[in-house]
Amino acid sequence: MKLTAPLRLALAAALVAALALVPAVFTTYFTSAVAVRALVFGLAAVSLTFLAAYGGIVSLAQTGLYGIAGFLMARFIVTNGMDPILAAVLAIAIAVMFGLLFGAIVSGSEGIYLLMITLALGVITYYFFSQSGSFGGHEGINGVSAPGFVGNPVTHPAAIYELLLACSVIAYIGIRLLARTNFGLALQGVRDDPVRMRALGFNVRLHRTLAFAVGALIAALAGVLGTWADTRISPGTIQVSQVIQLMTIAVIGGLYRIEGAWVGALVFTLLDTYTRGITARFETWIGIVLLVILILSPDGLTGLAHRVFTMVAKRGAAAPSPPPCAPAGDAAAALDPEQLGTGSGQRQVAR
Amino acid sequence: MRGGASLLTRRGPALLSWLLLAFAIVWVLVKAFDQGFGISGNGPQFVITALNGVSLAALYFITASGFTLIFGLMRVVNMAHGALYLLGGYVALDLVNHGMGWWGAMVLAAVITGAIGLLVHQALLRWNQGQDLRQALITIAVATILADQMIVHFGATPSSLTPPAELANSIGLGLYHLEYPVFRLFIIGAALAVALVLWLVIRFTRFGMIIRAGVDDRAMTSALGINVPLVFGGAFFIGAALAGLGGVMGGTILSLAPGQDDQFLLSSLVVVIVGGLGSLRGAAVGALLLGLIEQLSAVYLPQQFTNDSILLTFILLVVVLAVRPQGLFGRRT
Repeated sequence: MKLTAPLRLALAAALVAALALVPAVFTTYFTSAVAVRALVFGLAAVSLTFLAAYGGIVSLAQTGLYGIAGFLMARFIVTNGMDPILAAVLAIAIAVMFGLLFGAIVSGSEGIYLLMITLALGVITYYFFSQSGSFGGHEGINGVSAPGFVGNPVTHPAAIYELLLACSVIAYIGIRLLARTNFGLALQGVRDDPVRMRALGFNVRLHRTLAFAVGALIAALAGVLGTWADTRISPGTIQVSQVIQLMTIAVIGGLYRIEGAWVGALVFTLLDTYTRGITARFETWIGIVLLVILILSPDGLTGLAHRVFTMVAKRGAAAPSPPPCAPAGDAAAALDPEQLGTGSGQRQVAR
Repeated sequence: MRGGASLLTRRGPALLSWLLLAFAIVWVLVKAFDQGFGISGNGPQFVITALNGVSLAALYFITASGFTLIFGLMRVVNMAHGALYLLGGYVALDLVNHGMGWWGAMVLAAVITGAIGLLVHQALLRWNQGQDLRQALITIAVATILADQMIVHFGATPSSLTPPAELANSIGLGLYHLEYPVFRLFIIGAALAVALVLWLVIRFTRFGMIIRAGVDDRAMTSALGINVPLVFGGAFFIGAALAGLGGVMGGTILSLAPGQDDQFLLSSLVVVIVGGLGSLRGAAVGALLLGLIEQLSAVYLPQQFTNDSILLTFILLVVVLAVRPQGLFGRRT
C-alpha cells in the first residue's frame, strides 16, 4: 500500500493536469461559479492552514489581509489608472508589510489569545474599509480590470481559472519546500514547544512574525486574484461572516493539512452553489456542518480520509507505513486525531 | 552607555505609549477648552462627549465582564458572546411587544439568554473541557447559527427598545445648564452595580471562593471534592446572562440589527485583550479606554480622519500588546 515518492509525484501531476482541463470539460457557469471560486477560497484558506499546520497559529486575520491587498489593488487600478500587474505587485507588497505588522503584534501571544487578537485585527480591517471614504465605503470598488492576458473573467473564466490553478500549485509546492528549509523546521519547533526553542536560542517572536508574513503573501495573492475574478471588491467580501466562512472551509478540509484547504473550499463551494436553491438558511446549515465536523472529526475531511487510509494500510501490511500525505515534520502530529484539541492552545494551559 | 541603551529598548515601548496617551489627553483638552472654560466655548460639548464615552464604556463593561468571567474560570473563549448580546436585546423587544414592562423584560431576557448559554455549555462544551481551540471554534459555529436564526425570527430591519417612563427623561447636570438622558446615567450606575456585585460575590461568597480556586488550579479544586462542573455551569449562566443584559441596555440606547452582534463581539474582544483576559479590573479599564476613545475620536479627530476613527482602536490594541502581551491586568500563564 506504500506509495513511493515518484509515484506520488506522478499522481499529483496527473491530478493537476486533470484540473487544468476543467474549463474545457465543464460549462462556463460551473467554471466561474464553482471552480474559480473554489480556487480563490482554497488559496485564501491555505494561508490559514499553513499558519496552523506549521506555525501553530490559528489566524482569523487572513480575510483582512485578503481585503487589504484586494482593496489597494482595486484603488490603484480604478482611481490611479495603474497597470493591473504593477498594481497587484504593489498591493501584495503592502499587504505583506501589514502581515509583518500583524505578526509582530500577535507574536507575543499563543493559542487561544492568537485566535482572539487576529479576529480583532480582521474585524477592525473590515470596519476600516467599510467606514473609510477613500475605498468606496459600503459600495466598495467596482469595475476592476484584470491584466490583458486574463481577458474578461466574467464571460471567459478559463484564463483566470488557469492562472489561479498555477498560483495554487506554486503556493502548495512553495509551502512544502519552505517547510524543509531551516526556517521551516525552526517554525515547526516553535509550534511544538516555544519554550524549548527559546531556550535553544531561537527567536520565537521573529519566527512567528515571518510566518505571518508568508501567510499574508498567500492571502494577498488570493485577494488580488479574487478581485480580478470578481472584477470588484466590497467590504462585504471581508466581513465577519466571511471570516467565519474561511475558518469553516479550513476546518472542513482539515486545519492541519495544507491540501485540506482546497478540499474544504471545493466542498464548501459545491454546497454553496447547489443548496441555496433548496434552503434559504444557508448560514444556519453551514454552522451546523461546522459544528458536526468539530464534534465528530476535528481534523476535518482530510484527517478522516487519512485515518481511513491508515486503517486500510495497517490491515494490508503488518508493518505500519509512514503517513502518505502528511507534511514532512508533521508525521507525529498528523497521527493524533485529537490534534485540534491538543494544539498549542492546550499547551499554554498545561504549562 | 550600554546599560542606558538596553534600558531604553526595554522601557521604550512603555515610555512611548505613555507619551502617546499624554499627547491624546493634551490634544483633547486643548481642543475642548481653547476658548476658555466659559459656556460659550467648547466645554459643554466636551462634557457631553465624555459622558457619552463613559456610558458607552459602561455598556461595554457589562457585556465584556461576562466574557471575561467565562474565560477566567473555564478558559473558554465564547465567540458566541456577541450573538448572545443581540439575542438578549431581541428577546426583551419581543417581551415588550407582548405587553411586558421594560424592567420585567430586562430581567427575563437576561435569564433566558443565560439559560441558552448554559444549554450551549452543557451540550457542546462540557465534554471537551481543556481543548480550548476546539471550544472556541464550536462557539463560532453556534454564533453563526444564532445570527442566522435571529434574522429569521426578528428580521433585518433595525429596531430598538423604548426606555421605561421613569428613565426616559433628561435631567440637568448642574454644569453649563446641560441636560443629559437619565437612561445613559442609569447604564453607568448599572455597570457600577454589576462590578460591585461581581466583586463582592467573587471576594466574599463560597461560590466566589470556588471560582477563584478554580481559576488558579482546576484539577486541585476538583480533587478537593468540589463540584466543579456545577460551578462552571453557574458561571457560564451568569456570563451569558450579562451578555443578554448588555443587549437589553444596548438595544435601548443604540439599536438592534444584524451586525450589532459582531460589533459587540469585537468590543468585548478588544476590552479583554487590552484589559487582560479573566481580569474584572482589566475589563473595567479596557472598557473605559475603548468607550472614551470611540466617542472622543468622533468629535476631536481632525475632520478628514473622522471616518477612519476605527484606526484608533487598532492603535490601542497595538500599543497595549507591544508593552504587555498579556493585557494591562492579565497574568502570564
